[in-house]
Amino acid sequence: MNLLEMKHIRKSFDGLEVLKDISISVKEGEILSVIGPSGSGKSTLLRCATMLEHIDGGEISYLGEIAASVKDGKELYVKGEKRKQISSYFGLVFQNFNLFPHYSVMRNITDAPIHVQKRAKAEVYAEARALLKKMGLEDKEDAYPCQLSGGQCQRVAIARALALNPKILFFDEPTSALDPELTGEVLRVIKSLADLKITMVIVTHEMAFARDISDRIIFMDKGLVALEGTPEEVFDAGHARMQEFLGKFNV
Amino acid sequence: MSLNVMLRQLTMGFGQSCLIFALTLLFSLPLGMVVYFGRVSRIKPVSWLVKIYISIMRGTPLMLQLLIWYFGPFYLWKMNIGGYKFTAIILGCSLNYAAYFAEIYRSGIESIPKGQYEAAQLLGYGKSQTFLKIILPQVIKIVLPSVTNEVITLVKDTSLVYSVSYIEMFAVAKQIAAAQTTVLPFVIAGGFYYIFNFVVAWVMELFEKKLNYYH
Ligand SMILES: Nc1ncnc2c1ncn2[C@@H]1O[C@H](COP(=O)(O)OP(=O)(O)OP(=O)(O)O)[C@@H](O)[C@H]1O
Ligand SMILES: [Mg+2]
Repeated sequence: MNLLEMKHIRKSFDGLEVLKDISISVKEGEILSVIGPSGSGKSTLLRCATMLEHIDGGEISYLGEIAASVKDGKELYVKGEKRKQISSYFGLVFQNFNLFPHYSVMRNITDAPIHVQKRAKAEVYAEARALLKKMGLEDKEDAYPCQLSGGQCQRVAIARALALNPKILFFDEPTSALDPELTGEVLRVIKSLADLKITMVIVTHEMAFARDISDRIIFMDKGLVALEGTPEEVFDAGHARMQEFLGKFNV
Repeated sequence: MSLNVMLRQLTMGFGQSCLIFALTLLFSLPLGMVVYFGRVSRIKPVSWLVKIYISIMRGTPLMLQLLIWYFGPFYLWKMNIGGYKFTAIILGCSLNYAAYFAEIYRSGIESIPKGQYEAAQLLGYGKSQTFLKIILPQVIKIVLPSVTNEVITLVKDTSLVYSVSYIEMFAVAKQIAAAQTTVLPFVIAGGFYYIFNFVVAWVMELFEKKLNYYH
């Protein structure tokens, strides 16, 4: 069974069709990268998958449970407990982190597990410390986001998402708000998650990274999946739009 | 009249000013939040009514509003307004300041980036949890300087209740000044207001410093 299944997703903003009948699926343990030119709908795809945006058509399901389905103008979004349960399957790492500025690093990570998932405080703290260690931030638990570099903030945001133990983690250009010298540290952390076989969907402009880390890559263009396959298949296919796109990165 | 007696009378008036000040804040600060929720209500008639209310409160003099709150019930329903003056004052001041606070809260809340709501949603916080734990604490820090301004204005605005002949410090000063033909009571009253505001500003600054652990 696929962990995530998006079928025939359509989404428009004020008449502008951003997603035109897109279908993707993600298996458990798989790492999928989504690449493509600016404006091709990559962020919108993630925002639809994480229910930040409502779809205009199609169906989204997690582990076979339908989270949202819109057919013939009939919209169905799961609600209540079911919605909470499905929402707990996924996490999202934003381009600009969206950490809570008034919470310390520790509280950013532990508050939701304690107050949303109602887990035991001691256990959550222990897990959070282990996560911070993995992120190379063990000495930052009492710091506030404003005292951290962008790269450190993004690693805290990743820890915050992981602390809820999601089954799948979405990343929307996790390094594009960072100075080039800070990109590496965040990519290394994501790579270490890949080694742990955490299911991930990563929207990125880091082509070498995508090629290295992904099991599968989707190349999106103008709201459609233009090309899909293993990194080799996608990068070496000689697909015209893809080559034109890659040209901008000198890969 | 000895300076001593004058000071004692003015101090008693000052007590009344402080009482009006404290009660107005006590009611208008939370009421402002209620007004804000009405202002942004998705029920159109509610948001329109609240918008009109805010614009009247801010568009007409507080002194006139006090006169209406006090004398209105008498002219409208022949209500006996004997023991009602103080209630009318607190009602008038609170409703007036709530309108200002609502607009301050609104600008503060609207300045919180959308990403904060989205991050909270992704982490599973409910609507009220998001507002109380994530949004409100940040809003308080943002609006504190504007709230301080309003609070300082309120200290001075307490003198407006002399329009319904309520005896507070300003009214006392006027009486003494007229009876004794001296400006001294005005000078002293001015000193009281000034010191009061000095303390208010100092307290608010303490709050601001306390919230300065992040930016
Ligand atoms: N909330 C919105 N309202 C209106 N238009 C939107 C909205 N969100 C996205 N769009 C439009 O949808 C299109 C796709 O946007 P999207 O952010 O998904 O692209 P993207 O592939 O993530 O691009 P980038 O690489 O620049 O992040 C763009 O033309 C954008 O202007
Ligand atoms: Mg994007």
